[in-house]
Amino acid sequence: MTRYFSQEHEWIEIEGDLGTVGITDYAQGQLGDITFVDLPEAGAAFGKGDSVAVVDSVKAASDVYTPVSGTVAEANGALTDEPELVNTQAETGGWLFRITLSDASELEALMDEAAYKDYVESL
Amino acid sequence: MSEYPISDSDQEPEELAPMLLPLDGWHRDHGGRMVEFAGYMMPVQYEGIMAEHLWTRESAGLFDVSHMGQLLVTGEEDAQTDVEPALEAALPIDLSTLKLGAVRYSLLLDENGGILDDLMVSRWPGGFYLVVNGATKWDDIGTLREYLPDDITLNHLDDRALLALQGPKAVDALERVAPGVAALTFMKGGRFTLGGVDAWISRSGYTGEDGFEISVPGEAAADVADLLLAQPEVKPIGLGARDSLRLEAGLPLYGHDMDPERGPVEAGLAFGVNKRRRLEGGFPGATRVQRDFAEGTAQKRIGLKLEGRQAAREGAKVFHGEQEVGVVTSGGFSPSLQHPIAMAYVDAALAADGSVLSIEMRGKKLDATVAAMPFVPNRYHR
Repeated sequence: MTRYFSQEHEWIEIEGDLGTVGITDYAQGQLGDITFVDLPEAGAAFGKGDSVAVVDSVKAASDVYTPVSGTVAEANGALTDEPELVNTQAETGGWLFRITLSDASELEALMDEAAYKDYVESL
Repeated sequence: MSEYPISDSDQEPEELAPMLLPLDGWHRDHGGRMVEFAGYMMPVQYEGIMAEHLWTRESAGLFDVSHMGQLLVTGEEDAQTDVEPALEAALPIDLSTLKLGAVRYSLLLDENGGILDDLMVSRWPGGFYLVVNGATKWDDIGTLREYLPDDITLNHLDDRALLALQGPKAVDALERVAPGVAALTFMKGGRFTLGGVDAWISRSGYTGEDGFEISVPGEAAADVADLLLAQPEVKPIGLGARDSLRLEAGLPLYGHDMDPERGPVEAGLAFGVNKRRRLEGGFPGATRVQRDFAEGTAQKRIGLKLEGRQAAREGAKVFHGEQEVGVVTSGGFSPSLQHPIAMAYVDAALAADGSVLSIEMRGKKLDATVAAMPFVPNRYHR
């Protein structure tokens, strides 16, 4: 399994042609207390960079962009009742959706963990 | 204390780099996440909006609101003879019933009766102390200078900081360091000594809780903040929780829930126009305000309680069935109630409590019901 990161603070973990997407721990810290997550429907197709989900905090709503093109395979239903999982387990149990990749070469434009760490420190 | 220049050469503060308030370093030292707000760097949160919000509701929260404008209106003669009529000509307030030390909510209106700002007016010995919103203070000073005769002095007390200590335990914490404040009741103030510092303290605030607003010299602000934070009831609270607290308390925010397009009656702020003034007129915009009182308004500001967890945000359209009937002006998730709430302007016919409406967010319609405000009961010490 390989994990990639985007400049918009999403992570994607790849297993075959399936990617699991969430927001990074840094991103959840910036957003603060998350109160609601608007998740995509399974079967919906998106292009790289499209807004796929919305994460609501007490203060504001933030779009989540898919780092790759593809079709949504599954959304994390646990977030309906426990949106705070995005705060407490941003990079594990607080994942947002799984997407079937349509173009694996898009992953090449993303960062690995070390590069993302440097990127966050540069902000 | 510095007198504001009368010339028109005012600069637009939002085009300049954000200014720093007396407690800037204090906030950073205490883990405040700083953002630009009203032309200043201000703390939006410390440990998190939710925790800070709930702490204020159960204990006591310390807020820095030094971005707000503190103004002093004085005259050449004693206050009775010249300042009172001048200020009554500028604001729809009845000063004949405002006793020494008392605080009252008022509105700054334009000539059409649109709201330019909301403000607090206190009677001090020899003058009136005004607290206006930070984002509007420069415009307010210009408007007041225009409304007031030349022999009335308008001082901008820009060397003073303003703190708020809010919550059910605020009185316990503050009485310990400023003896005597516990005797104040809601919307009353006076001069007190707080850790050796001369302070103006009023029992007022913007959270719906019991609490105090504390004006001190800017150079003493960090020492005063340290002293207040040393009390076990007190934690520092940022602007984020200030917004969610005031929304639960049903208190409108200038620039969002009221603006020059709205008048006091449709904004639900009729109490900001005192009865004698409503009858007699003689303030900017009186014609429109009196007409609105007599005839009603097309829309009204109301509270909305939403189903589900998704919050409605400012600008979202409000529907009755398929018909668009209004717009959300503030909205968010209520930490105390654990469901979303909002303020909106809707057609007056649909403004009654219990009215079933919907709000469009990202192409979805969220169910909403008109609810009485405050959403969370006020706990003022009357």
